[in-house]
Amino acid sequence: MAKKGGSKQKKMEARVDFTPMVDMIMLLVTFFMLCTTLIKPQTMELTMPSDKEDLNEENQSQIAASKAITILIDDDNTLYFYTGKPDEAKLEKTVYGKDGIRAELLKRNVVARQKVDALKREYSLKRTSNAVQEAKMQEEYKQKLKDIKNSDDTPNVIIKASDKSSYKNLIDILDEMQICSIGKYVIDNFADGDRAKIEAFKANPAQ
Amino acid sequence: MGRFKVKKQDTFIDMTPMSDVMVLLLTFFMLTATFVKEEPVKVNTPGSVSEVKIPENNLLTIFVEKSGKVFMCMDNPIAQGKLVDKMMEDGAFELSAKERQILAEAPTFGMPLDYTKAWLNQEAAVRTKMLTDPKSEVAGIPCDSITDELKIWVKAATEACGEGMRVAIKADQTTQYAVIKRVMASLREIDVNRYNLITSLKAGEE
Repeated sequence: MAKKGGSKQKKMEARVDFTPMVDMIMLLVTFFMLCTTLIKPQTMELTMPSDKEDLNEENQSQIAASKAITILIDDDNTLYFYTGKPDEAKLEKTVYGKDGIRAELLKRNVVARQKVDALKREYSLKRTSNAVQEAKMQEEYKQKLKDIKNSDDTPNVIIKASDKSSYKNLIDILDEMQICSIGKYVIDNFADGDRAKIEAFKANPAQ
Repeated sequence: MGRFKVKKQDTFIDMTPMSDVMVLLLTFFMLTATFVKEEPVKVNTPGSVSEVKIPENNLLTIFVEKSGKVFMCMDNPIAQGKLVDKMMEDGAFELSAKERQILAEAPTFGMPLDYTKAWLNQEAAVRTKMLTDPKSEVAGIPCDSITDELKIWVKAATEACGEGMRVAIKADQTTQYAVIKRVMASLREIDVNRYNLITSLKAGEE
């Protein structure tokens, strides 16, 4: 009976107006964009020798003095370095960045550098999309990298900063350690001899 | 001539796709972003190639400002409250419950121990001003060979928050190394030998 009859259902409007919702969400997005930050600050992990181990460290650095590179960070962004024992070595002046200290460090760290490059190539070929394997490989890679950095091939670096040098100078040099794959470095204070060396160098750069 | 009939256009625009996109954006922001922490002390960190991310919790940050003043904060008020409790236990200062709460919730603090109580009794705006005013003589945690209060603070923090706590130094890039050296020496004295230096990402270089 209803089939034929004229029970006419009222046609409802099925469309919902989304404009208020978009307004609200836009507001929320704006809020999040303004009040949050996407960049997480980077950090550098630093392990310093403790007071007790200090004596030990000093003995070690004397043994390895022939292999040690001492970098002197002086005031006004000047930079000096020497290789070997302080009393015999010849001071050289250099600059920050790619053509300065980095070139010098890489020159003295050829073996490790080659190994790191080889390792990087090896692992770039092995990359997979499998997350578990990838994580495992990253772990392995880090371990191997650490081994190379701490092996006997890499030079020991002693970083000495003067009181008036800036924090940025120190971070720049620590950066170079990472770029040049040097795992063994210490941060030390200026000794009297170092200051005298710089003065002598300034008086007579040709030596 | 017939009458020109204007076609009736539907003015209703479908907002569904737009709303879809917006919700997606909103979800993205909510999941990835972290809230900006209020830091009264402005510190311009140096750039570095290091890509290690900062640990998210249980972190004690030591701020070193341009002029060499030292400030501190913990990553959350609960941990900071624990630190304050520990300091009170050690007899560094006596605080009322209200003062304790203010110090626990302070985004950054750094006053000599003797001034801490007086500082906490100020209005919030005055407190910030006292910390940031470059002319202020008292601001900053004393950290030299005579009065090394940084040592007391960090030691209390390591004891209050347990072994997993990390220490991070956030210093301005123009700070003189002498100040950093003193901070490092203080940390070394209390056997905190592993810490992070906070830097920002350097663009460009390899």
